[in-house]
Amino acid sequence: MSVVADKELRIVGFLCNWCSYGGADTAGVARFKQPTDLRIIRVPCSGRVNPLFVVKALLSGADGVLVSGCHPRDCHYSDGNYYARRRLENLKRLLPFLGIDERRFHYTWVSASEGARWQQVVTDFTRRLHELGPLHPKPGVAQAVE
Amino acid sequence: MRVGVFICHCGNNIAGTVDVARVAAEARKMPGVVFATNYMYTCSEPGQNEIKDTIKQENLDRVVVAACSPRMHELTFRRTVQKAGLNRYFFEMANIREHVSWIGENKDLNTNKAIEAVKIAVEKVKKNKPLIASSFKINKRVLVIGGGVAGMQAALDCADGGLEVVLVEKSPSVGGMMARLDKTFPTVDCSICILGPKMVDVSQHENIKLLAYSEIEEIKGYVGNYQVKVRKKATYVDWEKCTGCGECVEKCPSREAYDHFNFGVAPARAINIPFPQAIPKKATIDPTYCRQFVKGKCGVCAKMCPAGAINYDMKDEIVTEDVGAIIVASGYGLISLDRLPEYGGGRYPDVISGIQYERILNASGPTSGHIIRPSDHTEPKTIVFVACAGSRDKSIGIPYCSNFCCMYIAKQAILTKDHVPDSQSYVFYMDIRSPGKGYDEFTRRAQEEYGVQYIRGRVSRIYPKAGKMVVKGVDTLLGRQVEVEADLVVLGTAVTAAAGAAELAEKLHISYDQHKFYVESHPKLRPVETNTSGVFLAGACQGPKDIPASVGQGSAAAAKVLSLFSRDMLESDPQVASVNTNVCVGCRKCIGTCPFSAIEEQQLRDGRTVAHVIETVCAGCGVCNTTCPCGAIQLQHFTDNQLLAEVNALCLS
Repeated sequence: MSVVADKELRIVGFLCNWCSYGGADTAGVARFKQPTDLRIIRVPCSGRVNPLFVVKALLSGADGVLVSGCHPRDCHYSDGNYYARRRLENLKRLLPFLGIDERRFHYTWVSASEGARWQQVVTDFTRRLHELGPLHPKPGVAQAVE
Repeated sequence: MRVGVFICHCGNNIAGTVDVARVAAEARKMPGVVFATNYMYTCSEPGQNEIKDTIKQENLDRVVVAACSPRMHELTFRRTVQKAGLNRYFFEMANIREHVSWIGENKDLNTNKAIEAVKIAVEKVKKNKPLIASSFKINKRVLVIGGGVAGMQAALDCADGGLEVVLVEKSPSVGGMMARLDKTFPTVDCSICILGPKMVDVSQHENIKLLAYSEIEEIKGYVGNYQVKVRKKATYVDWEKCTGCGECVEKCPSREAYDHFNFGVAPARAINIPFPQAIPKKATIDPTYCRQFVKGKCGVCAKMCPAGAINYDMKDEIVTEDVGAIIVASGYGLISLDRLPEYGGGRYPDVISGIQYERILNASGPTSGHIIRPSDHTEPKTIVFVACAGSRDKSIGIPYCSNFCCMYIAKQAILTKDHVPDSQSYVFYMDIRSPGKGYDEFTRRAQEEYGVQYIRGRVSRIYPKAGKMVVKGVDTLLGRQVEVEADLVVLGTAVTAAAGAAELAEKLHISYDQHKFYVESHPKLRPVETNTSGVFLAGACQGPKDIPASVGQGSAAAAKVLSLFSRDMLESDPQVASVNTNVCVGCRKCIGTCPFSAIEEQQLRDGRTVAHVIETVCAGCGVCNTTCPCGAIQLQHFTDNQLLAEVNALCLS
């Protein structure tokens, strides 16, 4: 499943500490193999993710951004993920106006026990981005056809 | 800035698929990094000593450890750097095990990923600020949710340790599932005889306040200071006056109520006392069956009650309890027979569940302990037990083993032979799971001494024929079809999470798995703790468990609470929001969004109104930080600058 080094894309993930970061840990403990493109930034809650972080990442070099939090109703902080859902849904609709394909941004919910689901999320999102190709073509790397 | 980076091999866990030496070499080139090394086990004592020594020798002011998940060892290393004289928040962890070495196969790509993980951590740590915890007082009362054997054990241990305990039980009596059992395996001890004294202790202990027939309405607060609203459901009987004489039950004309305690083996009266040993032994009216409520007239119990305790106008009451810790022991449920149509579950009266059979065996049950089958009240001679009725069955979404069915089936088969000496029992099983102390000997006894026929194989169909239930199945050891004409079929129905488990978890802010069992902090090392500090687990709410395991967890959870409460003050987490009053414009948006009502208005001397965070109430989610239009409120340790430093480390290069 892994891609060749020079074709690895830049994917940034914002994961909430309590559910999704734990889910990614669970996937690791279970040795669920995943593509290596994703880089993870730990935040306490998906409600901490400012949509501008996502925009900043996409404009300054990321090919895709993933945000993952606790399932709705299961937030460690009562309703941080509801704020996240509202903000990120708006962000998704805004991205095309910035000239960014909204498929480059994905937000989802993975609980700490869902290692297999985390593997699926990472694998699917990475595959999707590889189909879209790099957002910021680098010299010497052939660009995928969109 | 002098950052030191320590890369852990974790034996071969990391070093096997990551070139740790190269990660260290690359780390040395990062701006601000003055020292980088790799070590076999950084978390070991010599590993931690190396960090401490290096901080002194190299005069480090920031430390990054690239190893396992920070959820595993962040606390360990924070203590290490603190011991060397640094503020514990001048530390960051890069997760290169769970998120890198264990999930990627290509060593080059893994190494590259690990280098970048270190880079993010270095950029973050350079922006870290020293944070100092403040301390606050603990309310040394404990709430126990669930009055089954696990909850009672927890309550008694806490109470004996000198803590005030509030025990909330949703049904009219404590006792839980164990109170329903006839005997317990593998000793064939009388269940209520060993549980009864505990129940009495609970009711008489001066430190325990029992709220029976009550449910949790709302939970606010944080470790040390929870405010819990409890709904005391209307019983329509004044328990202060009720003496438990049972006169009302005797005379109640509504005789078709569902008997929750007996799992519907026989109908109950609309006003009922669940069982003779009930604690508290008080009557409760079920308004879905009571004629006074259904038809608007009856009033027989009110006339009969010698104490004048009946009150049809009673309403639910909400009481508030302040506690410092919560033990959740909300127990389990069982799948309904309807979900097993291939076994005729729910269709044929002579196909019953294990817990129903337990009530039939029980001397205080609806049949007074005489084994009779529900359809025609005759004594069954041939009894078939089906193990794994729903358990280990992916097709109905229950892939797990229900833990104790193998054992109680062996026990019930033995008891059947005791009650009806000329009976013959058959057990269809997938595997006999009897790993406890004395358990395997017990299942052998059922087979060898009591002549129970164990048939390894699954049952395909159960159907009625001439007053019998025909059980068709396969014997996989003999490799042939078998057919047993049984008088009674007992299904070892699968264990599920308790009804309402998810809703309770959401009130507690604890996580649950896909089967709605609660998730412990660590499956091996922190089995009774949750990720919400101050909330502990005991018993089958965490997964199917038998009595000794539940009791053990009840005691363990109580020990955790006692050790938490051994101090008078707790340290608060300094990773909370903080307002820069020079920047705050007083728009109050943060006040409206804070899920914990932790932000209030504050009047400054110059007359401006700004936001102010109540540090002990703030849980540190950072929702306000994202809401603030001018960046005035910042979540310490996860500020905009710190997170953007991480984004920039990844994207700008």
